[in-house]
Amino acid sequence: MVDLLDRRLIFVTGKGGVGKTTVAAALAALAAGRGRRTLVCEIDAKGNMADFFETAPTQFEERPIAPNLWAMSMDTEASLRQYLALQLHLPVLAAIGPLARMFDFVASAAPGVREIVTVGKLCWEVRERHYDTVVVDASASGHIVSQLSAPQAINQLVQVGLVRQQTGWMLDILGDPATTGLVAVATPDEMPVSETLELVGRVRAETNVDLAAVVVNRVLPELFSRSEEALFGRLEEPSATATLDAELASPSRPLLDAARLMVTTRRSRTEHLERLRAGTDPAVPLLYVPYLFIRSHGLRATHQVADALAAELGY
Amino acid sequence: MARGTRADGGVRSLDALYAAKEIVVACGSGGVGKTTTAAATAAMAAVHHGGRVLVVTVDPARRLADALGIGGFGNEARQVPPAAFAAAGVEPRGELWAAMLDARQSWDALVRRHAPDVQTQRRILENPLYQNIAGKFVQSHDYIAMERLYELHTEGRYDLIVVDTPPTRNAVDFIEAPARMAEFFSSRLLRLLIVPYRSRVVNLASRPFYQVADRILGSQFLSDIAEFFILFQTMYSGFVARARAVERLLHDKRTTFVVVSTLEAAPAHEAEFFLQVLRSKRFHVGALVLNRVLPPYLLDPDGGAAASRLVAGTTDIARRLAPLLDADEPSVERILTEVGEAYRNLRVVAKAEAAEREELAAVPDVVATAPELDADIHDLAGLLRLGMLIWN
Repeated sequence: MVDLLDRRLIFVTGKGGVGKTTVAAALAALAAGRGRRTLVCEIDAKGNMADFFETAPTQFEERPIAPNLWAMSMDTEASLRQYLALQLHLPVLAAIGPLARMFDFVASAAPGVREIVTVGKLCWEVRERHYDTVVVDASASGHIVSQLSAPQAINQLVQVGLVRQQTGWMLDILGDPATTGLVAVATPDEMPVSETLELVGRVRAETNVDLAAVVVNRVLPELFSRSEEALFGRLEEPSATATLDAELASPSRPLLDAARLMVTTRRSRTEHLERLRAGTDPAVPLLYVPYLFIRSHGLRATHQVADALAAELGY
Repeated sequence: MARGTRADGGVRSLDALYAAKEIVVACGSGGVGKTTTAAATAAMAAVHHGGRVLVVTVDPARRLADALGIGGFGNEARQVPPAAFAAAGVEPRGELWAAMLDARQSWDALVRRHAPDVQTQRRILENPLYQNIAGKFVQSHDYIAMERLYELHTEGRYDLIVVDTPPTRNAVDFIEAPARMAEFFSSRLLRLLIVPYRSRVVNLASRPFYQVADRILGSQFLSDIAEFFILFQTMYSGFVARARAVERLLHDKRTTFVVVSTLEAAPAHEAEFFLQVLRSKRFHVGALVLNRVLPPYLLDPDGGAAASRLVAGTTDIARRLAPLLDADEPSVERILTEVGEAYRNLRVVAKAEAAEREELAAVPDVVATAPELDADIHDLAGLLRLGMLIWN
């Protein structure tokens, strides 16, 4: 299995709300911190990647935001313009309005067009070696398969023409496991796990992209070992609680309830973790990121997740 | 006066809201328990208000079908068997039905309805672009969900329809979908695009445009597109009229929106945005349902102080507790430290949640809060347990 950060194009996906953007930001921070020239790209123009780096909103033009780290957000129209100019040598026409409108229109009707312009831009950055690593905060799991399979879809829809000729090299980049990998993010909850397993199956069946890792985010700590839990159970009994109340000069019930809540919540998720583990190819690493008990969702959280990932990757 | 209704006519519980409306649209970002909330409240309405209640979900979650005791459902609504209610120990006043949105089937049905003749119908259904749009793409689900809601409503078979919306990143996508669909088919660009293919006389003005398009995409693809649009144009008036009707229904007095969220930062911000957009577009926002909210005892000021005293004094306290617990002091000390830390950790999250709750400025009259449930919901009893927590 190719080491995650040795890949040059990393797509990060996951069901909404599992921390996909956090993980993408953390992987980019980690790669940059390890000396790689890294580009982080968010696909969703309404995304909030900038918040995770506490920087100004990202734009299509990539911009340095930290040492070794550049950020951009995808804009299909701008990407098309760049594509037409660079690949098809259509500099004059590339700027004209009707073409952009026509594109928008065709893209609404012909799925695959918007996606290929998106994926194409990223593959191009990799092919031209502008960066050592490109980390993509990709679409949520519902949409990522259409994006990654866009070159195949275009091949089916468009029989001839310049677009058709462009799909070959993209497929080469996407299909090379030494170059490209997909990271699926899940939390140890029922729906995210089910959706991740479904996604993994679809990625294998419908695209030629390699699954590089599954990140399990927000894993609650295990407070007690089995014997300690029995002891904790005795502590919850009225006689012990009364003594504890006296020692604290305050009711201890809320404290014990909180610990119990943590124990039961973690336990209720164990089965989903097991299911995820059982349903994932053993060759694909499962990386665990602990639940962060912090208020911040900014740079501090990004760095903490990056540290956790580094530890899991053995750095 | 109905229970939960204020003297000024305002509604202050889901119970009263659901009693007053015929359509409830549950919206919110992904992963906040939207589908479960829609199903739980629909079940509560069937139990307490009677009549025929339908829950429409876009989530192909096997579990929900299992929980409802119907082992799989599709575009056709199925009744939740009374036995499932009996197993949950309740006798419902009405019936609960469930349907899942199958986008492809719904699109096909739409084409069958609006196509002028069988031949056009067949050509549309076989067009590669149509197959792509109808089958694969998330955006097309937005429209079809609203369209299906309209159809179900106008069939007149249900007293209440609770619909779970597709998970869209952009809150406004699905409410704007009918308008966008109408706009799409009345677009001038569309007409420009298909003129040469229709008349076979290339319009001079559009020639350079075609040369470029041809060079990039190839003429086969362009003619596929053109054929698709020409065929679709035959359904134009039906489609546009329909899209407008769907839009009217969403604005109807009998329709309300329920925003579902958790108090984690991202979903809460999305919920706030949802509430704003819905209000600015003059939709009726009936309620906000907050799921998986941490218990209030974590915010108790005495609790924080007690946790600090516990963590600071574990050694002394462990010495006194160890004999009582029949355990060695270091073990007890470790347990006490974990207990204190667990409280402090959860308290940080609970405080962040409380802050998010405060920041949700303009909330609807009804705000219902449910805790994190210990177990996943596997049956109707589980759905009703959640329902009970938010109903009044």
